Amino acid sequence: MTDKNETADNRPWHEIVLATLKANDVRLIVYVPDRVLTELIAALHADDFFTVFAATREEEAVGIVSGAFMAGLRGAVLMQTSGFATLPNVIASLVAPSQIPALLFVSERGTLGEFNLGQALVAKTIRPVLDALAIENHTVTRHDELEFIVDRSIKQAYATQAPVAFILSPLLTGGKVFAS
Amino acid sequence: MSNAGFHNLKVMSRLDLTRRMVVQLKHDEAVIGGIGNTNFDLWEAGQRPQNFYMLGSMGLAIPIALGVAIAQPRRHVVALEGDGSLLMQLGCLTTVAVQAPKNLTMVVWDNGIYQITGSQPTASQATADIVAIARGAGLANSAWAADEDEFERLLARALEGGGPTLIAARIDKQPGIGKTERDPVQIRVNFMRGIAAKK
Repeated sequence: MTDKNETADNRPWHEIVLATLKANDVRLIVYVPDRVLTELIAALHADDFFTVFAATREEEAVGIVSGAFMAGLRGAVLMQTSGFATLPNVIASLVAPSQIPALLFVSERGTLGEFNLGQALVAKTIRPVLDALAIENHTVTRHDELEFIVDRSIKQAYATQAPVAFILSPLLTGGKVFAS
Repeated sequence: MSNAGFHNLKVMSRLDLTRRMVVQLKHDEAVIGGIGNTNFDLWEAGQRPQNFYMLGSMGLAIPIALGVAIAQPRRHVVALEGDGSLLMQLGCLTTVAVQAPKNLTMVVWDNGIYQITGSQPTASQATADIVAIARGAGLANSAWAADEDEFERLLARALEGGGPTLIAARIDKQPGIGKTERDPVQIRVNFMRGIAAKK
């Protein structure tokens, strides 16, 4: 664990996420792609430790990692905010009542320079949904807090059989900018 | 492998076919039961600790089964799903085809209706062919079971583990008999113990 008083961690954010997943034996990664997550997804694909593939839809991905967890394999889902908006049913009817520690990584679109109104409105739904379902969630804005938040929350998820969502802010990732 | 088209197939009993399936499960195969009558008949066919009974998340029996199959490649996994449920999540067939787990069998009960909600017609009643869709998704081992004997033969071959297999059967409109336990945590824990993922 990085001590905040030590030298700054110079690894890019996606390397920290990958290393933290590995440190917690999270081996199955199912994603629906997002531009902001491209480097993370490529790095995961390149690492034989992980089984990594795309699902056609986010709730399908949550179903896959739920099945894997019940069979003894830890998994995480990667998506963007509009993808999260497809998930309330599977969270409320499978993950939460069955107490499945699904790890949900959400690249945050729709804020801090968004250019697409559709994305901006969808983004407004994510935190109210998570809070309504009482799902542990953290918005990660600071590079120096990333490893602590992700590592501790993964451990908490498995210790308490509860899902957790990580909202990866543009302040952390750089976000997606309008190519004018 | 049958390629008769689905209009002239024998209409069979879901409960009877479910019982015939359970008889063939001799190696602690995992079974993921889709919501509604699919699950009710799975329950009625004899509760096994390796059965997972879904209570919601319509359409996710095959994705959940895929996750189990990836996590435990030496255990065969069967997903039971209704036509209405599968039509909600057709994309999962393409994911299964790409991942191609050898230990996954998908059984689709097709009665052409959303039976539990009042028997409204599904797209598979007269137009959509589930097996043709599955083949188009890349699942070459997809077939209609023309009758009970062929269902048993197709299932026996699928359980040998040669690759992902989809078996579809035209079934009648009889409602499910049993009623599943409604405690999701108990269902999950029983299942995890049944497939040796939890002490």
